[in-house]
Amino acid sequence: MSEHKKKLKLKVSAISEGTVIDHIPSENLFDVISILELDKTPNMITFGANLDSDKLVNKAIIKVSNQFFENDDINKIALIAPHAKLNIIKDYEVIEKKVVEVPSQVIGIVKCFNPKCITNAEPITTSFKVTSKEPIALKCMYCEKITSESQMVIK
Amino acid sequence: MNKKDLISIMDYSKEEHLRIMDLAADFEKNPNQKLLEGKVVASLFFEPSTRTRLSFETAINRMGGRIVGFSDAGSSSVTKGETLHDTIRMVSQYADLIVMRHPLEGSARYAAEVSSVPVINAGDGANQHPTQTLLDMYSILKTQNTFDDLNIFMVGDLRYGRTVHSLLMAMSQFENPIFNFIAPEELLMPEEYKIYLREKGIRFFEHLEFTDIISEADIVYMTRVQKERFSDPMEYEEVKNVYILRNSMLENTKPNMRILHPLPRVNEIATDVDKNEKAYYFQQALNGVFTREAIIAHALNLK
Repeated sequence: MSEHKKKLKLKVSAISEGTVIDHIPSENLFDVISILELDKTPNMITFGANLDSDKLVNKAIIKVSNQFFENDDINKIALIAPHAKLNIIKDYEVIEKKVVEVPSQVIGIVKCFNPKCITNAEPITTSFKVTSKEPIALKCMYCEKITSESQMVIK
Repeated sequence: MNKKDLISIMDYSKEEHLRIMDLAADFEKNPNQKLLEGKVVASLFFEPSTRTRLSFETAINRMGGRIVGFSDAGSSSVTKGETLHDTIRMVSQYADLIVMRHPLEGSARYAAEVSSVPVINAGDGANQHPTQTLLDMYSILKTQNTFDDLNIFMVGDLRYGRTVHSLLMAMSQFENPIFNFIAPEELLMPEEYKIYLREKGIRFFEHLEFTDIISEADIVYMTRVQKERFSDPMEYEEVKNVYILRNSMLENTKPNMRILHPLPRVNEIATDVDKNEKAYYFQQALNGVFTREAIIAHALNLK
């Protein structure tokens, strides 16, 4: 892609102020929206899925105007979008880039995979200690069983 | 957490484990110490358990406490659909201490969160049963006079057996243990525990049978190999007699060697072993009463 076209493309989807979350796996786009509660935000959002990317076969991108995220909040998406990158935009310029980091503790968000865990029987907020970040392994604070990345289901 | 709950064996520090041992020895000398006079203990058994419940209730009675509760969920408000949350919330207002067994894993940790009084986990599904581990430890200490330099054989179902997992964690705190795991292919010690031992630099060995090596053991901890654990029934038929301890196998064992079993036993220890002085499982069950008295006294700061 020529520089000219690149600029054109950016212009089309650019936002003046806000956050661009890039490199989300397409299949997890709506989970990311729901974890960040973007379905409840009054701010303007645009998103695209199944886009070309060097790193992912098909990636998704979210652009949220006039909204910025605390690290603790943004790290919640690390479980399902570990390679997500954030661009913080002010006056059409990228003023900061952030990567997500898998947190050491995960509260809520994920269901414990153990069907016999109390958290699947009563309305309890789940709580996990992250025992491995790559691949992700979560130890339930209640039943002490480990939910692996492939067993992870978003609540 | 200021409350002294006992949910998982490693909730207690090594010092607390040792303190429970001291207290248990004290209760063994004098089981009828009326430290619970005027106190009410809730004994909530959401699933039946003969041994654990009777052991706890004996301990409470010997300490002069009163018991309220139920021995199976059928006679509780669970049948009306009450949540564990609400049951615990209510009972913790009535009683000074809650002893609870529940079929769901993690239920005890959750109950401790909800309860305003200490909770002692008497078994939460396949997860934890810390009072069993403490009585196992007390039995080991009583028969060996030390926790150090012991060669511990664990035999049978090492994959699903929560008692062996907790005992492994507890004994790993002491000097120079050696573990020998004897189990069929389908019921091997889970990888996470082996990783734990490797990280701590603790020696362990795995075997498919133990007749030839039993002479090295200080403690033989037997567990039941259950047919329903096998995906292939033929596999069970092949191994079912390998994990049975018989009196003839004890001939060349160490004089200090003792056989432990969390009970109930089915056939994994032949009855001809019972009369051998190395059979310790019935005394082990009695130790459960003293250990539980110690745990209760510790939870309520009575000693």
